[in-house]
Amino acid sequence: MSEPVSAPGGEPLLRTENLTKHFKIGSALSRLTLHAVDDVSLAIGGREIVALAGESGSGKSTIARLLAKLHKPTSGEIYFQGRPVSRIRSREDTLRYTGLVPMVFQDPFSSINPVHRISHGVLRGLKLHRGELSGAQRQAEAERVFEIVGLSPAGEVLQRFPHELSGGQRQRVGFAQALALRPKLILADEPVSMLDVSIRIGLLNLMARLRDEEGVSILYITHDIASARYVADRLIVMYAGQIAESGPVEDVLASPRHPYTQLLLSAVPDPRAPLDVTAETGRGEPPKVIDPTPGCRFRWRCPLAIEECHHVTPQLAELAPRHAAACHVAQAHAHTEVKAF
Amino acid sequence: MERGAVRAVDDVSFDLAAGEFIGVVGESGCGKSTLLFAIAQLLAPPAAITGGGVTFRGQSMVGLTDRQLAAIRWKDLSVVMQSAMNALNPVTSIGTQFKDAMRAHGVTSKAEIADRSAEVLRMVGIDPLHLRSYPHQLSGGMRQRSMIAMAMLFTPELVIMDEPTSALDVVAQRSLMVQIKELQERLGFAIIFVTHDMSLVRHFSHRLMVMYAGQVAEFGTTEQVFESPQHPYSIGLMEAFPSIRGPRVPLTGIPGSPPDLARPPAGCRFAPRCPQVMDECAGTAPPLYDVAGVQVRCLLHAPAAAAAAASPARAASTSPAASTSPAAGPGTTSSHDSGGADE
Repeated sequence: MSEPVSAPGGEPLLRTENLTKHFKIGSALSRLTLHAVDDVSLAIGGREIVALAGESGSGKSTIARLLAKLHKPTSGEIYFQGRPVSRIRSREDTLRYTGLVPMVFQDPFSSINPVHRISHGVLRGLKLHRGELSGAQRQAEAERVFEIVGLSPAGEVLQRFPHELSGGQRQRVGFAQALALRPKLILADEPVSMLDVSIRIGLLNLMARLRDEEGVSILYITHDIASARYVADRLIVMYAGQIAESGPVEDVLASPRHPYTQLLLSAVPDPRAPLDVTAETGRGEPPKVIDPTPGCRFRWRCPLAIEECHHVTPQLAELAPRHAAACHVAQAHAHTEVKAF
Repeated sequence: MERGAVRAVDDVSFDLAAGEFIGVVGESGCGKSTLLFAIAQLLAPPAAITGGGVTFRGQSMVGLTDRQLAAIRWKDLSVVMQSAMNALNPVTSIGTQFKDAMRAHGVTSKAEIADRSAEVLRMVGIDPLHLRSYPHQLSGGMRQRSMIAMAMLFTPELVIMDEPTSALDVVAQRSLMVQIKELQERLGFAIIFVTHDMSLVRHFSHRLMVMYAGQVAEFGTTEQVFESPQHPYSIGLMEAFPSIRGPRVPLTGIPGSPPDLARPPAGCRFAPRCPQVMDECAGTAPPLYDVAGVQVRCLLHAPAAAAAAASPARAASTSPAASTSPAAGPGTTSSHDSGGADE
């Protein structure tokens, strides 16, 4: 393979430009369009963990599927190492791309075939994506990646069946399978949310190690802001299919600019802080975005909404270095922080 | 493969006062749901209560006939399940399901059913219009809230909740927790709340039971368990949660996984994963020791060992609160002399 590690001209590893995905819903007579992802422009650099956070239905999994080429964008483009992904057509190029940008799924119990030994999935991936390897080399490579993710003795674990492994071990298998393809970017869709709390940290630490030692970037999709803070370099907060706020994770958490980010942070249970029962509990729910009209999608739940919010869709604008929010009120008061919750 | 009997819940005893909120936390497979099902008499064969009993309002629940149980369910004791999507009937409207429950308990007046149904829905913040809605037409949060509304139909004395918020987003989760607490304070029912996320019940439960491998690992007031966890497993659980505030510190969680309950370890069940394991842990199954009113199943707190082993072991512990002496909570009236385990 000849692609440079990081493309010239400061091009990030992957970036999207106005990425949009609409789904047609309803019957033939009532043609409705669900706006799952609207106008999302984001970038993921080399050796970087980017957390994509938001409630269910905010479009974060759809973004992962778009990046994995499981969905075709309605409009917009994905650039991987500077090249548009939509031009990848041939089977060979698609395989190469999906090998560089593999996915790890949420449910470690249904994402591994229960009738085959653990070795089956990883060896098959190697055969498909790295055809140049001999059988013995594939076995050696499988053992190498299993050791990296902490499944040892690798030779023995590979011979087991999925039911003989715990949830945490199975999720490590998911990362090993991805790692065997020599990826540049792993798309991890809620990789720890189905695991027990005591072992989640182990997987988050593994993700950090893959970044630091293997140089892999990770798009970490999660609804758990605390785990995003623990492992990620940057945080992107989604609301109703759009980016509400993005920036270095510590900056966003220390001074959230978007009222939705503020609401989200106020709802995270914090055993170390006293309970603030007077805090707004936010009974509203994120909207299903069907045939939307212009305007901010958070306006119905937002205590700060002004006239403009009802007519003009706010665009992401940088309010502090690398820290951007899509909020009219925050942008009008860029120099001061406005607290809604 | 024949694996023999699994003792999913092993010798768990506790009392629940009227109007009390007890949190039960533990990881998957620790027996917390089995405990709930046993209390509510919902265990289906081959699962069975093989020892011990459940007394509810002075009446033994074990051995009641289905008919006797049916009279108690919904009326005196309600259960809110983890997944409202599966617990609600998908082919009938919310209102019909409320009506069925009320009819089963002899409420036949249409007006009364309609009034009460609307009232409980309003109580959980849902427009009574949704009595005509089917479960799939409601969001996850609304489904979960309508389950809770259904549990309130007869204002029972005990509501058992099995991870009712685990399918919800943090914002919806928080709003539901606040709502449950408000309802409890207003209506005075007792709650047994099972969750794997102990930070969730921190501000809501009176007492907290930490379960591990089918047994009680630690049981005390929520305040005490959080402020000064005594069992190495509780300490590990506390440190497994990253925080969104304060310094970013590396965490380790608890490596390893819970034991197979068909073949539990001979001694302490947590010993294979315990960072403070001692020689005797492998052979001696620890009983529950009383540590300043908190029950702790750990040999570190055995009266003989407590004086000798506790101080160096605690000094080595990284727990932020482990070395502070627990302040007696407002509810703890009995102060046993527990042999200097505090200092």
